[in-house]
Amino acid sequence: MDRLLLIISTFCFLFGFAYTMHALGARVYRHSPLNFFAILTGFAFQSAFLYLRGQRLGRCPLSNLFEVLIFLSWSMVLLYLLTGPTYRLSLMGAFTSPLVFFLQIAALLLVPWLDLPSRAKLTHNTWLELHAALSIIAYGAFALACVAGVMYLAQERQLKSHNLHSIFYHLPPIRDLGVANRRLLLAGFALLSVGLGAGFAIGEIQSQWIKILWSSGVWLLYAGLLVAIFLHKVSGRRVAWLSACAFLVVLSTLWGLHFIADSPQP
Amino acid sequence: MEILCLGLSHQTAPVELRERFAIPDGELGARALALSKCPGLSEAVIVSTCNRVELYVVAEDASHGMSALQQFVSAESAQGDLGASAFYRLPTLQSLRHLFRVVSGLESMVLGETEILGQVKKAYQAAQLGGATGRHLNKFFQRAFNVAKEVRTQTNITRGSVSVGSVAVDLAERIFGKLAHCRVMILGAGEMSELTAGALKARGVETIFVANRSYDRAAALATAMGGKAVHFDQWQNEFHEVDILIGSTAAPHPVLTAEKLSPVMRTRRDRPLFCIDLAVPRDIDPAVNAIDGVYLYDIDSLQAIADQSMKNRRQELGVCETLIERHVGEFHGWLSGGDRGAAIRAGQSRPAGGANALANPLDGSAKGARP
Repeated sequence: MDRLLLIISTFCFLFGFAYTMHALGARVYRHSPLNFFAILTGFAFQSAFLYLRGQRLGRCPLSNLFEVLIFLSWSMVLLYLLTGPTYRLSLMGAFTSPLVFFLQIAALLLVPWLDLPSRAKLTHNTWLELHAALSIIAYGAFALACVAGVMYLAQERQLKSHNLHSIFYHLPPIRDLGVANRRLLLAGFALLSVGLGAGFAIGEIQSQWIKILWSSGVWLLYAGLLVAIFLHKVSGRRVAWLSACAFLVVLSTLWGLHFIADSPQP
Repeated sequence: MEILCLGLSHQTAPVELRERFAIPDGELGARALALSKCPGLSEAVIVSTCNRVELYVVAEDASHGMSALQQFVSAESAQGDLGASAFYRLPTLQSLRHLFRVVSGLESMVLGETEILGQVKKAYQAAQLGGATGRHLNKFFQRAFNVAKEVRTQTNITRGSVSVGSVAVDLAERIFGKLAHCRVMILGAGEMSELTAGALKARGVETIFVANRSYDRAAALATAMGGKAVHFDQWQNEFHEVDILIGSTAAPHPVLTAEKLSPVMRTRRDRPLFCIDLAVPRDIDPAVNAIDGVYLYDIDSLQAIADQSMKNRRQELGVCETLIERHVGEFHGWLSGGDRGAAIRAGQSRPAGGANALANPLDGSAKGARP
């Protein structure tokens, strides 16, 4: 039942993405509530899925990589719904939809390998759940910063080359994208810091050393990025590149981390 | 019931003739009422803009209605000379098509411009308030406004800017969003820079610095634009706070180079700089475009974007015309009492050569010129 909700949610994101691509391809894109409502509906089904999972597990549904990927998708959409309209980034939904869609479709296709009962003992631990949830929401913010970065680079390329395509008129102003990018990185970093603090409060440092080491590495990566942005006044273009690359690094290592961390500890 | 149109436009008449028939906004309602009371006519709307004067009427009979229209225009003309060849006289089907094209900006001097829609709306409201419209013209004009909206939203006919000044403003908004807090600096008080700065000011720019070799000229322009004059040898002192730089000096060498700009940009974090170089020879070294956060456009690149926009708009004409034809058919069907099929067939049987080759059934000649 819960996977059906997820499949419906995935189709909502596919619809939102396809609609926007079709509209852009037909060169008659107009800001339409359709894409936003597709994302909103997808979010509602995602939330229902996570709620049912949480009820079944009796804790926050982050017990395996499948649930982590869905929670990550959920947090991206949540942050988009919160920040997109604020920054007039209506087209950000078109960039967020495919990322969420591919994350969810990957999770669904790899269900037999990803949606496995955790070998770790599942107990209700407030600090652990706070740590996991805040960390994943922080990654959602970094994912959205990556999206804003890609949009920034797309806009910048057209402005520099003087070669303006149809999408140019629908992308938000480049200054707004730069501001959104920096603020999302800052928000993600703050959430990750609190999440990491909660992780240390669990007190099982020795048994969780791989995850702690990885989380600390991610924290240091983004700390370095923010120092570069705010102290060394790195240009918006470089911030966009760095935020996109940093998130790809995080996403690519997340997979390996879960397999290593979930394997029997010596 | 027939809807007829008699008019002239920038395509059929020079300004000397158009101005003779122009009607002030304040008189549109009263004149439309007077027209509607002419024998054989029952409703009227008069559209009068700088590019066109058009009279739309409802008549029981096309021939008598057109005669009444011509008599009205002859009486209105101070000189008595109607300049008959400049006028187009359109029977029902062509009148419908014509108004739909006019409000959609397809008959405008600048293809796809949207100002005409507001002007026609005002003319219609004046006629309505004056009591000159009835069931047919009310429905006709409402449909026309819907057609204009549909054309604007379902096609790209209004997409992009088609003049150098508006391209510059458009780009500024793509870079900065709202321009209210942007600071503009004009280097060299030329006509083009003045026009561009004026367009930026119209979009909300509040702070404008003007630097010119002749300080008096800078001061005069700054006063006119509500800005601040700067001595030319001190323009770099104010430059750190500037978001948009417009160069149009007569200097033989670039006044802004990458070497000068790079250190400034390092202090600005993610604050872009939009450089508009309207000067020939150029005021701004093209190499500055390679600096992160700097977007440089010279007169040729702005013109190329304007040309491309116009080309894109022309490519949309076919889509617009198809959409308009559907509405012409539907409305003509309603007007002629429900023979919708015949109406659509009539709507599709447009003369070869498109909208600009309409037959004039009143005098049997082909009116080659359309507004």
